[in-house]
Amino acid sequence: MKEEIIIAGFGGQGVLSMGKILAYAGLMDDLEVTWMPSYGPEQRGGTANVTVILSDAPISSPVLNSYDTAVILNQQSLDKFESKVKPGGTLIYDPYSIHHAPTRTDITIVPVDAMEATFELSSSKSYNMVLLGALIKVRPLVSVDAVMRGLKKTLPERHHHLLPVNKEAILRGMELPKL
Amino acid sequence: MKGNEAIAHAAVRYGVDGYFGYPITPQSEILETLEELMPWDTTGMVVLQAESEIAAINMVYGGAATGKACMTSSSSPGISLKQEGISYIAAGELPALIINCMRGGPGLGTIQPSQSDYFQATKGGGHGDYRLIVLAPASVQEMADFVGLGFDLAFKYRNPVMMLADGVVGQMMERVKLPAPRPRRTDDEIARTCPWAVTGRPEWRKPNIMTTLELVPQAMEDHNKHLQEKYRLIEQNEARCEEHFTDDAEYLIVAFGCVARICQKAVEEARAAGIKVGLLRPITLWPFPAGEIKRLSKQVKGILVVELNAGQMIEDVRLSLDEIKPVHHFGRMGGIVMDPDEVLVALKERFEL
Repeated sequence: MKEEIIIAGFGGQGVLSMGKILAYAGLMDDLEVTWMPSYGPEQRGGTANVTVILSDAPISSPVLNSYDTAVILNQQSLDKFESKVKPGGTLIYDPYSIHHAPTRTDITIVPVDAMEATFELSSSKSYNMVLLGALIKVRPLVSVDAVMRGLKKTLPERHHHLLPVNKEAILRGMELPKL
Repeated sequence: MKGNEAIAHAAVRYGVDGYFGYPITPQSEILETLEELMPWDTTGMVVLQAESEIAAINMVYGGAATGKACMTSSSSPGISLKQEGISYIAAGELPALIINCMRGGPGLGTIQPSQSDYFQATKGGGHGDYRLIVLAPASVQEMADFVGLGFDLAFKYRNPVMMLADGVVGQMMERVKLPAPRPRRTDDEIARTCPWAVTGRPEWRKPNIMTTLELVPQAMEDHNKHLQEKYRLIEQNEARCEEHFTDDAEYLIVAFGCVARICQKAVEEARAAGIKVGLLRPITLWPFPAGEIKRLSKQVKGILVVELNAGQMIEDVRLSLDEIKPVHHFGRMGGIVMDPDEVLVALKERFEL
């Protein structure tokens, strides 16, 4: 098993931390992982993306040009990465900040109303966890339990009281994809 | 964890005595992680943010002169600032670890990954006939492992070691197994194992003096001869590399650091397409694994050198050969990182496959 994933959106949307929690969840499930961010000014606005690879064998290149799965949070990222999903791959996107929906017919396209769902949740900051929930529903690469353990590992202890809120967001996200 | 974070954890666990640095992207996490770990409370390691890169390297020079295990880290423009101090440390035959997490240049350049400091690291950088032992990590695991290896080599040969990393291995996260913690060496151990160190003179020996100034020409030539003998010894003993799919290879890719990882995937794709290509990854850039490249060159039809620069390591690859073989280059510059597909296209184009 090997899954090459790109997560892309605005800086500040939690793209890099979503990728980080996914990577740590992979670690918890004893997978090999790499997490390669776009770094620098993107983190403070502009577009940010992160490549996460989960595999049961050692991983060669952390840098890729085509992906099994893309999680897309804004129009620029869709324009950049839609063509880079491998045929037969999966593109998950949030229509909230997308004006032109993806058009490819040789991949599975899953719209996820994550922003709308986040508005209804108790924490508006858990947008990326809603999306992560949607991702692991569509692509069951790691278990919810592994994600929670990954989250616990990456979250500083002073924020551990937020774990239940995040779990709620992940579970809500898992209900969103219409498969 | 990130490659940069792995370096910081490995340094504390190795029992490093002092880290002196100044922040610069893409390696600031080394200093930040050390500050977070607060090793001064546990191992007694000094972590100091200096007022400049130049101050930092001279603090390393001073600390190393007393036999302590000292290190610094920076990225390309900051490493240029350190060159005077590096030359002094090499001249004084002091052990030290210098990490360059390379970014694109020249000048202030970009914060994105690059390998354009290969010449600077392997051919000099500072003034004078000196060599650094240069290690090129390709994974987060090696970022951790090469701290220990670097210091071991630095003390074995009394020579500064440079870890030539890049923005990719610095910023990426992977699984890593950290080395077991060990205590810092005691002053007695240092006095016993580093008889050259400036530690305060006991009654029974002459003072140890650390200077790199020698105005008597013959003495200076003798010192140079001694350095060159040492460098030949390092060349004989310490060249390291890793090979993938070279047994039946008809073509060879040579790449180091993160680019070797990218090329490994390109090799897998090429093999799937029926092209018999292998990969040689130099782990030490100096001493360069010339013997292995020479051996493989006799078996292959051509060599492709892939680097994040305009063509630097390719010169050492060409110097390794003793017969004429086509050696081509593929590189991206200025912070752009090639993907595996581009390497495959370049391989097919250069060798008309």
